Amino acid sequence: MNHRIIMAGFGGQGVMLIGTLLTYSGMREGKKVSWLPSYGPEMRGGTANCAVCVSDRPIASPVVTEPSAVIAMNLPSFDKFSKILVTGGSLIINSNLVNVENIREDIKPYRIPANDEAVNLGSERVANMICLGGLLGVEGIVSIDTVIEALPEVIQERYHHLLDLNEEALRCGYEMVQEMK
Amino acid sequence: MKPVYLRPKSLTGTVTHYCPGCTHGIAHRLVAEIIDELDMQGKTIGVASVGCSVFAYNYFDVDFQQAAHGRAPAVATGIKRVHPDKVVFAYQGDGDLASIGAAEIVHAAARRENITVIFLNNAIYGMTGGQMAPTTLPGQKTTTSPFGRDTAGQGYPLRMSELLSTVEGAYYIARCSLHNAANIARAKRAIRQAFSNQIQGKGFSMVELLSTCPTNWRMTPGKALEWVEKEMIPVYPLGEFKIGEGE
Amino acid sequence: MSEPILMKGNEAIAEAAVRAGCKFFFGYPITPQNEIPEYMSRRLQEVGGVFVQAESEVSSINMVYGASGAGGRVMTSSSSPGISLMLEGISYIAGAELPCVIVNISRGGPGLGGIQPSQADYFQATKGGGHGDYKLIVYGPSSVQEACDLMVKAFDVADKYRNPVMILGDGMIGQMMEPVVFPGVTSESPALEKPWATCGNEGREPNLITSIHLDPEVLDAHNWKLYEKYKAMERDEVMYESYYEDDSEWFLVAYGTVARICISVMEKMRKEGTKVGLIRPITLWPFPKAAFDEVVDSAKGFLCVEMSTGQMIEDVKLAVEGKTPVYFYGRTGGAVPIPRNIEERVLDMISGKVPVVTDYFDNIHGGGGA
Repeated sequence: MNHRIIMAGFGGQGVMLIGTLLTYSGMREGKKVSWLPSYGPEMRGGTANCAVCVSDRPIASPVVTEPSAVIAMNLPSFDKFSKILVTGGSLIINSNLVNVENIREDIKPYRIPANDEAVNLGSERVANMICLGGLLGVEGIVSIDTVIEALPEVIQERYHHLLDLNEEALRCGYEMVQEMK
Repeated sequence: MKPVYLRPKSLTGTVTHYCPGCTHGIAHRLVAEIIDELDMQGKTIGVASVGCSVFAYNYFDVDFQQAAHGRAPAVATGIKRVHPDKVVFAYQGDGDLASIGAAEIVHAAARRENITVIFLNNAIYGMTGGQMAPTTLPGQKTTTSPFGRDTAGQGYPLRMSELLSTVEGAYYIARCSLHNAANIARAKRAIRQAFSNQIQGKGFSMVELLSTCPTNWRMTPGKALEWVEKEMIPVYPLGEFKIGEGE
Repeated sequence: MSEPILMKGNEAIAEAAVRAGCKFFFGYPITPQNEIPEYMSRRLQEVGGVFVQAESEVSSINMVYGASGAGGRVMTSSSSPGISLMLEGISYIAGAELPCVIVNISRGGPGLGGIQPSQADYFQATKGGGHGDYKLIVYGPSSVQEACDLMVKAFDVADKYRNPVMILGDGMIGQMMEPVVFPGVTSESPALEKPWATCGNEGREPNLITSIHLDPEVLDAHNWKLYEKYKAMERDEVMYESYYEDDSEWFLVAYGTVARICISVMEKMRKEGTKVGLIRPITLWPFPKAAFDEVVDSAKGFLCVEMSTGQMIEDVKLAVEGKTPVYFYGRTGGAVPIPRNIEERVLDMISGKVPVVTDYFDNIHGGGGA
C-alpha cells in the first residue's frame, strides 16, 4: 500500500486536523507516515491543504504531486487538485460547496453533501470528519476504529465534549460512500 | 605615608593606546573606580565595541567579550541572560551605538535589559580616522564632511539620550561631560547610579559621556576641552533624562 | 525505546534541543521555521531556560555570541534570508571559537525568494558565507527523526571543537509531521567545563572572548590553529550513507529530503534490474569524500540531484577528481524533483545521453536545455 492523499478546503474547514488524524492513525497501525501542510501566505484566505502519505515502505517524498486520493472541501480545492489526481484515483467532494457537472472520467468521484449532513448531526464544523469518513470508506488506508480511538489524542482537550459528534460524523461519511461504490 | 591616588584594582597596568588628551582614559578610570567601590571586580563582565575602545579589555582587569560593530548591547544581553547575577556593561562609542548599532541599543532599552551602557560621544569616528558620525555637529568638518556637516544632505545630530529617554523600558539615562573636574565628578556619580541600578535589578541604564578627540578634531587637548564646553554642550545638554520609578 | 510521537519537524527539532540541554534561545520570526521559536518560548520557561525574541537576526546571533561566550548552551534558528543577516555574527563566533547551534530551515532564494523548500543555501552553509577562513560543521538531515538525532549531536560536537554547527534542513523538514522517537537524553545541562567562558574572574585571571588579532603573526597563527581544528573535523566528523556501493556502476548523489526521493527511485530501478546505487552525505561539511573514493574507480557516472541550480555538485566533482562523469538534475524555488523525472535522467545517463538538468527547460523549451 502507498496512499498519497491531498486534503484541501477553506481555512477553518479543518482539513489540517483530518490530515493529522489520518497520519496519527497510520502511525498507530505501524505504517510509515508523513504529513506536510501548505504554509505561508497561501494560508491566508483561499485554500489550505495538507499532503498525507501512509505506506508500508519508507515515505520517499512528503510532497504529493500525483495524489492517489483527494478530499476537496471547496471549489478552489476541486479546481486545483482534481487535475493532478492519478487515473483511477478517488475524489471525495463536498457537494454542498462544489457544484460541478463535468468531472474527469478517468477518476472516481464521490459527492457527499458534507455540510448538510454535518448540520443534521448537530454542527457544520464536523463536515471535515464526514469527508474523512468518506475517504476511509472508499480507500481503506487505516481502520475507522483506529481513527475513532485516535480522536481524543489528536483533538484538543477543550473540544473533547465534541468527541461523540466527531465519531458520528466519521461513521456517517463512511456509510454514505458504501452505497456509491 | 597614606597614598591619595592609586590605580583602581579593576584596571590593569597596561599603558593605553589612546591619544594624548583623549577622555577615554578618564572614562575607563571612572568605570573601574565604581567597579572597585561596589566590590564587583570578580563579578563583572565587560563588552568592548568596535572603535577606539575596541581594546578596552586590555585595560580593564575583568572578564571581557569583544563585540561586532554596533552589537555590544546584543552581546551584553546574551551574557546577562546566562549570568543574571553578574554585572554586565557595554562600553560603546557614538559610531557604534548611534549609527550601526542604533537598533540594538533601542531594543536593549525596550527590553529593560538589566545592563549598564557607557556611551562615549565625541562627535566623530576616531579609530577609522575622523569620519562623520551620527553625532557630528552641523557645520563640523570631518574627513567625510570636508566642507562641514551640511544638514541638507548629511542630516542632523542624533541625541541618543533624549531618544532613549522616550523608551518606556529604559530605566536610567543621563548625559555628562568629561571636560573638567566638576563634570567628571558628576559623571562618576551617574556611572555609580547606572551600575547600582543593575545590581538592584532595576534594568537598562545608560550614561552618555561627552568626550574629546583632539587628534581627529585637529585641536590641542586644551582646545578640545573648550570645544566640548562651547560647541557640544549646547547641542547635547547635560543632565539626567530619565530616572526610573518603582521596581 | 519509547513510543514514537507524531510531531512537526520544527517542533521536534526544538524539543530535541531542549533534551540536549539547550537553555538559551535567541531568534527572530521568519517562515518556514516559526514553530521553533514558538515552541522554545513556551518550553524553555518550563526547564528554567531563557528565550529572547530579538529585534533582528543580526541581534539574535550576537546574543548567541554573548551567551556562548558566557558559557551557555545556546542556539538560534532562522531561514535563508535571516541566515544571510547572521553571517557577520557567525564569522565572529567561529573566529572567537565559540560553540553554538544554528538551524537553517532554508527556503528558495535569491533575495526574498519564496518560502517553499529549497537547497540553495548549500554554498552559504559549507563555503563560509561570512568573511574569513572559517568552517561550520553542517548537517543535512533527511527526516524529522534524523534532524532530532543530529540536533543532540550538534551541541556536543560544537562544544568538542568550540565551533558553530549548522543544521541545514529545508521547509519540508521543518513543516512535515513524521513519527519521532526522542533519544534518551534529559534536559539536564551537561556538566562540561568551560574554563574559557566569561562569568566573572573571581580567583583567576580575566577571560577574553575576541576575534580581533591585529598582529599579522598572531592572526596567522590563529588561522592555522583553526585550520588544524577543521582538519580534525574532516578526519573525525564525516557522516554519510552509501547504498549498494559494491555492485553499482551508476550512482545518485543527494542529501536532505531529496535523498529520500532518490532512494525510492533507486529501489524501484533496482527492482527492475538496473544497478543503481546512492551516496547520501549527512555532513555537508566536512564533505564525505571517502564515500566517493570507495566507488569512483568502478563507477561509470554520478547523477547529483538537488533543489538548486547545482551547488553540492561542485563538491562531488572535487571528490571524483575528474575520473568519472558527474551529471546534474535540479529544481528550485520550491519545485521538488519527482521520482519519474529523476528516473528518466538516470536512464539517460546510462544510455550515454547527457541528462537535461531541469524539467523547467523541458517545460519551456520542449527539452534541449543543458
